[in-house]
Amino acid sequence: MLPVSMDDLAEKANLLRAEVVKMLTNAGTGHSAGPLGSADFWTMLYFGGLINYKANDPWWEERDRVVLSAGHYCPILYAVLAEAGFFPKSELATLRQLGSKLQGHPVARSLPGIETSSGPLGQGISQAVGMALAAKMDNQKWRVVCFMGDGEQDEGQVWEAYLCAAKYALSNLTVVIDRNNIQIDGHTENVMPLDSLAAKLAAFNFNVVEIDGHNLMEIKEAYERARVTFEKPTAIILRTIPGKGVDFMENDPGWHGKAPKLAEAVEALAELRKIRTLGGKITND
Amino acid sequence: MINGEMHLIEDLRNPKLVAMRDGYGEGLVEAGKRNERVVVLVADLTESTRTDLFKKEFPERFFEMGIAEQNMMGVAAGMAACGLIPFVNSYACFNPGRNWEQLRLSVCLSGNNVKVVGAHAGFGNGTDGGNQQMFEDVALTRVLPNMTVLVPADYEQAKKMVLAMAELVGPVYMRMTKPVRPKVTTQGTPLTIGKAQVLRSGKEVTVFACGAMVYEALLAAEELVGQVDVEVVNVHTIKPLDKETIVNSARKTGRVVTAEEHSIIGGLGGAIAELLVEEYPVSVKRVGMRDKFGETGEPDELLAKYGMTKEAIVGKIKERR
Repeated sequence: MLPVSMDDLAEKANLLRAEVVKMLTNAGTGHSAGPLGSADFWTMLYFGGLINYKANDPWWEERDRVVLSAGHYCPILYAVLAEAGFFPKSELATLRQLGSKLQGHPVARSLPGIETSSGPLGQGISQAVGMALAAKMDNQKWRVVCFMGDGEQDEGQVWEAYLCAAKYALSNLTVVIDRNNIQIDGHTENVMPLDSLAAKLAAFNFNVVEIDGHNLMEIKEAYERARVTFEKPTAIILRTIPGKGVDFMENDPGWHGKAPKLAEAVEALAELRKIRTLGGKITND
Repeated sequence: MINGEMHLIEDLRNPKLVAMRDGYGEGLVEAGKRNERVVVLVADLTESTRTDLFKKEFPERFFEMGIAEQNMMGVAAGMAACGLIPFVNSYACFNPGRNWEQLRLSVCLSGNNVKVVGAHAGFGNGTDGGNQQMFEDVALTRVLPNMTVLVPADYEQAKKMVLAMAELVGPVYMRMTKPVRPKVTTQGTPLTIGKAQVLRSGKEVTVFACGAMVYEALLAAEELVGQVDVEVVNVHTIKPLDKETIVNSARKTGRVVTAEEHSIIGGLGGAIAELLVEEYPVSVKRVGMRDKFGETGEPDELLAKYGMTKEAIVGKIKERR
């Protein structure tokens, strides 16, 4: 992979955010906050050289497995996969339409690059554990990345899966949790308190790294730490701002499960363009 | 008349009593020998699901998942996505009872090649009480697209079924009861998934049965010799249902009774009724659990109390005269 600058990656993340806004507006339904908030992570994962994949050979045996457990984040993953060349970008406009490969929530292997079905929460992590176990059994070098929401941590199955990942010391598994503090019914700490998530995961015998989920360098370093941790699985907690990049969406639980209307999309896209003209720097201010 | 092609035991009145789960455990070891991609997952019930035999033979392909059936199903789905052939084991009330949603999304909707085995189905857990008895598992699995649903009639059939399941690509559910039961089939009895077996041919009424009720149906037919000419069909595959054999038999006899150790809602009786209503409407009488939960008791006492015996089948056959 060609070396890319962090500025280029930040710019790409913003272009992908704009793509998500357009896809959701076109579909009329879908989730805005999570996909926008995690755009920096997804961009870094696919374009920052963190994982191995071949867009023109999507089921290449030695690929790293990316499991999207929080299926409602799929607009950003679809946009990233199209940008990477897994399928034509023109298909992005078909999201949530009858006959589209871009199902409202991902369906395993229905689209190049989509490893599992998700939407009902908590199921991706168990499948990721199964894949990591299979890789170990077969002495394969490929790794598994499982992306989850923080509200998703409410599901009991998630903690069953963590027990299992620790039991089998799945150092080839990296769990990424988008800690954006919102879920459908409001703020996570009101719906079902999760704090301290890092301490909980550490108690479950994970190597825990908590980072600013909008800082590309921190994302890179965290993933590299996971790669050199050989005795246990790693959990990366991404501290993110839901709706990041669109001021009126940021930190508002109301935007968790909502798509922008046309006028809102125009405003959102104008804002995202403005950020880009500031040199592609994404900051937390 | 007993169908010679089915190679049943010679003396139906003196069968050997063997547990289906023993056949399963032995078949699983054989499946493991034939295909190194076969792996076994269990939720803290190794000995009673008879997966201890596989564990002893292939410890590196055996995964103890603890009392966490939801995760177990998902892990199996992930393994299947990587080319393994996982067999997922627990009691039927948890597997697929507890982990049905994982079976639905991670396995069936995703088309993953996972084999689900429900032990101690029906009154299998007798004295443990209704809490852990399971009469809803066939209904739960039969309703899922992409699913194959199997109910072996005995030890021998369970053993053959494991090998057939391992070869079939796609999600499969198989249920078994716990106690020893008559072994009616032999090594020579054929088995093809999806192909119902006419064990005894008759002209006046057909009993479609599955599981241990197959033997009860054969006894009922023998008892009625000279009164009613009974055909007995072993419907070991509830899904996909063998439409041809079932409709042909119903057409021949014009009278149908179903028998299963499962709820009459959604199980074999439900499936047969749905099929015949569309293809060849005849009156169908169902023997099975009649929309109730079980209770504490020995399995045989409970089968008698809740009407899943030879006598109950005879009663249903006579009801129609």
